[in-house]
Amino acid sequence: MGIIKKMKSKFKKKRARIGIYGPPNAGKTTLANRIIRDWTGDAMGSVSHVPHETRRARRREGVTINANGSSVTLDVIDTPGLATKIDFHDFMALGMNEEDSKRRAKEATEGVIEAVKWLDDLDGVILVMDATEDPYTQVNVTVIGNMEARRLPLLIVANKIDLPDSSPARIHGAFPQHPLVSVSALEGQNIDLLYKEIADHFG
Amino acid sequence: MLMKGIQMDLISEDKLEGMTSMEKVRLILDEVKSGKILVLEKGLTPSEQNKLIELTMVEITPDNFSGIEIESYPVKHGSSFMGKLLGKTTVKTRLTVIGPADQLKTIKKDRDMISALVSTH
Repeated sequence: MGIIKKMKSKFKKKRARIGIYGPPNAGKTTLANRIIRDWTGDAMGSVSHVPHETRRARRREGVTINANGSSVTLDVIDTPGLATKIDFHDFMALGMNEEDSKRRAKEATEGVIEAVKWLDDLDGVILVMDATEDPYTQVNVTVIGNMEARRLPLLIVANKIDLPDSSPARIHGAFPQHPLVSVSALEGQNIDLLYKEIADHFG
Repeated sequence: MLMKGIQMDLISEDKLEGMTSMEKVRLILDEVKSGKILVLEKGLTPSEQNKLIELTMVEITPDNFSGIEIESYPVKHGSSFMGKLLGKTTVKTRLTVIGPADQLKTIKKDRDMISALVSTH
């Protein structure tokens, strides 16, 4: 191996580690499942209408995405939903019994801590927002503030555009300084556009 | 007549600047857990927000404390002349409202306005 090739290989950028963040029920795991399924054939985790279904971060290494003539290999981390409050009564209202609700709430608090800790070990973030909801939440402000302070790339995904109340424009108006892709992770709408943006921003 | 209500403390930027990150987070959690609403003239940095979320999660208990409601405006980025030369930007945090999740509810929020409802138990 020549000296230049050796130097290139020594300083070659490591594989980017990208976290999928967002509030509970924004569709993070649905999106992670779609990405992993499209490029590896596997799935990441289970999804549910009950918030905090993902209570442990999951990492999938070496996901290679080819889009728009370029290729990028990522480690994808699907993180538990970030929140500032967790009330077990909310789970009971969705039909869970008290014991299960309290256990889920306890695990959810641990999951939030894990998600916050992961922010220290990432090279970039895909921030998933429910496009039918108000984007000015503290979770969104905190994740964006962290990425800006660390000068790390951030891609906003306005999810659930298959729903009639969705408004990606409202999200863009709230955070105009960051790139945004509108998708339906559930139905696959605009997903090719998302892969192009991922290749552009994290490659 | 004795007036009943919820105590609201407005904390100045000067006071906050004299505190360490951990002191701020501890103050916020202690006051909010005692049922107060806090208004911080200058908000928390992103890393302080992380600490606050982490400690809030640690302190949640099923029957006493379900967490906090926190609302702040997105941080502003500025750059001084020297900062521009050195390629550094400053982060300016903004007004922040924090209260117990079961007593403070955000009605509407946009880039420059927070509308919230405060309730007694």
